[in-house]
Amino acid sequence: MSGPDGFGHVLRAEWTKLRTVRGWVLGLVAAALVILLMGLFAAAASNFSCSGPNGAPCAGSTPPTGPGGEPVVDSFSFAHQALTGDGSITARVTSLTAVSSSDGQAPVEDTQPWTKGGIIVKASTTPGSPYAALMLTGGHGVRLQHNFTGDVAGTLHATPSWLRLTRSGDTITGHESPDGATWHLVGSVTLPGLPSTVRAGLFAASPHHEVITESFAGASGESYPTRATAEFDRIGLEGSWPDRKWVGEDVGDLGGPRAGAGAGTGFEETADGVAVSGSGNIAPVVAGRGGLGKTVEGRLVGAFAGLIAVIVVAATFMTSEYRRGLIRTSLSASPRRGRVLAAKAAVIAAVTFVTALAAALITVPLVRAVEVDKGFFLFTVPTATEVRVIVGTAALLAVAAVLSLAVGTVLRRSAGAVAVVIVAIVLPYVLAIASVLPTGPSDWLLRVTPAAAFAVQQSLPEYQQVTANYAPADGYFPLSPLGGFAVLCGYTAVALGVAFSVLRRRDA
Amino acid sequence: MREALHVEWTKLRTVAGTAWLLAGVVLLTVALGVAASVACADTGCGDPAKTSLTGIAFGQAVVAVLAVLAVGGEYGTGMIRVTFAALPRRSTVLAAKAAVVGALVLVAGGAAVLVSVLAGRGVLSGVAVLSLGDGPVLRAAVGSVLYLVLVGLLSLGVAVLVRDAAAAIGVVLGLLYLFPVVAAVVSDPDWFKRLQRISPMTAGLAVQATTNVEGLPISPWAGLGVLGLWAAGALLVGGLALRLRDA
Repeated sequence: MSGPDGFGHVLRAEWTKLRTVRGWVLGLVAAALVILLMGLFAAAASNFSCSGPNGAPCAGSTPPTGPGGEPVVDSFSFAHQALTGDGSITARVTSLTAVSSSDGQAPVEDTQPWTKGGIIVKASTTPGSPYAALMLTGGHGVRLQHNFTGDVAGTLHATPSWLRLTRSGDTITGHESPDGATWHLVGSVTLPGLPSTVRAGLFAASPHHEVITESFAGASGESYPTRATAEFDRIGLEGSWPDRKWVGEDVGDLGGPRAGAGAGTGFEETADGVAVSGSGNIAPVVAGRGGLGKTVEGRLVGAFAGLIAVIVVAATFMTSEYRRGLIRTSLSASPRRGRVLAAKAAVIAAVTFVTALAAALITVPLVRAVEVDKGFFLFTVPTATEVRVIVGTAALLAVAAVLSLAVGTVLRRSAGAVAVVIVAIVLPYVLAIASVLPTGPSDWLLRVTPAAAFAVQQSLPEYQQVTANYAPADGYFPLSPLGGFAVLCGYTAVALGVAFSVLRRRDA
Repeated sequence: MREALHVEWTKLRTVAGTAWLLAGVVLLTVALGVAASVACADTGCGDPAKTSLTGIAFGQAVVAVLAVLAVGGEYGTGMIRVTFAALPRRSTVLAAKAAVVGALVLVAGGAAVLVSVLAGRGVLSGVAVLSLGDGPVLRAAVGSVLYLVLVGLLSLGVAVLVRDAAAAIGVVLGLLYLFPVVAAVVSDPDWFKRLQRISPMTAGLAVQATTNVEGLPISPWAGLGVLGLWAAGALLVGGLALRLRDA
């Protein structure tokens, strides 16, 4: 607070204006309330409505959770033995194919890019338990995967390929070889707390064949299981393998009827090796529209409605000065016009940020409690990610408020300013999220319009090792959280620049 | 009533923004309709007629501004007191405003839809022949024009009720956009359908569908009727508030 002409003085004057106009205070309270109420409504109006055969509630609707707490798919065909202490398993994959029968017809070859066959070391056969697996895939060559989210690429792509996993304490190391003579290190992963006796062996899995057709009516999908068969020979075991015998087992719920003929335990000893066949996948669950899993950004779905209220308040925070002629008083009290705009921007940004942050901090735990109560499974994310989503949402509203203020300064008309900002930031979001537009145009809108900033709300990463429809309507944005936010900041900076220059040059 | 119509027509005609906003309705609708048609040139994105009319979703925002300003502008300047002193029957004033705004939107919307469909016909010629002689396409075209008119009337009613242009725009666009987003996050199919049926935007735009009409949450004309109910409700409540409140 440096004298009557200081910035602190102007700041205080603007804060007093905002605080004492009833409509603005009500607008900000409405913004906070609508964030809370929409979140609660979305959770309250969601229900399990899936039913299994004979109307029984569908089994497996709540997936197992992996070591990181994330929901996972963990169903595959497993030929295993106990391995105690350190040791290694080596096998040559001689063939990997998958078949499907989409409509009950004879099975046809249908190998998926992430059809998997290989060797695995797993803490137990309980779904969701820690594992490391070295595998050949249908379309992505040799991969070393562990604990559902880890994925390292190898170099080989063809059958036959030699694979080797070596356990040493908590560390599992994967090697690949084209000929069994020269070995190449794929990678080495740590499985904390791996018990001394683990299940190790050969596995096969193949995810569903998914066809997603998109149109203006939304996405409609066709999905049916595929069944992989992997053949192995030259199996070599080192270390302590007390069982001396393979046990075939289907881990987890294989999800629906078996595809293909000859479905038994999925394990068969051949003349010179072992064949394992099974459906399913070992992967994280991907969130999507209509899914039963709940994300942190889903709890903040009301943010866009709160944004509309904030845009109205911020635009009129400037335009009402013009309408009432107060701008002349403001500018004669503080003739350095840039200061008035800067003070207004600082006040509206700070007040919006605090309001939205408070609303988000109340909304997220409350809505989570409703979701837990209703039995939904939650996509747990690291605390840092959750903080980024909550703080990012508040920052999104704050920066959008400044954008609205700047546009209001340039246009000097509240209705025009409000409409311009809503069409620029809220409409593209609505069109993309509510699957009004197909994915192509949606992606494009969320890159070039200020609505790109909603990317700060994306809490789940796209998993390259899972084939899914990573579209905006499923909660996946084309830009990174920071990149998307930067787009909004860019628009706001330009608008503020124009506002400063017209305020200086125009008569008030 | 004739006098009131004349007054409202003169006011709206002589305000600088009106012509720009009407041009904005046509330009924005056509530009985004053509952009969507070009993006879907080789597939039609399922419904070529609807694709060519995508711009309506954007054009409606300009229609809302036009309608809101026809009322909000008068409250902003205090002109509304002069209007009511000259024409004390307030419901007549509202009816005249509705008629003038409706007629202007009808003309601008008609032009926008006609150009959009013709442009779509050219761009999408590879996947479909859009002809206004075709029943569903004609329904989509006429329905889209009526959709814009009804959005204008809804905005007018809200503006009379709220009496502040900026807040009225926020309320109208919030009302239009709220339902689709909420519907997208609820996972109960019953609620999903219910929300889509009562949503002024989703139900209203059902009139644009020409393919897979049976799969819609609500039939095309019934959907437009839902928006009509919203508009009638807003005008009714607005008219009541106008009678009961001081200007």
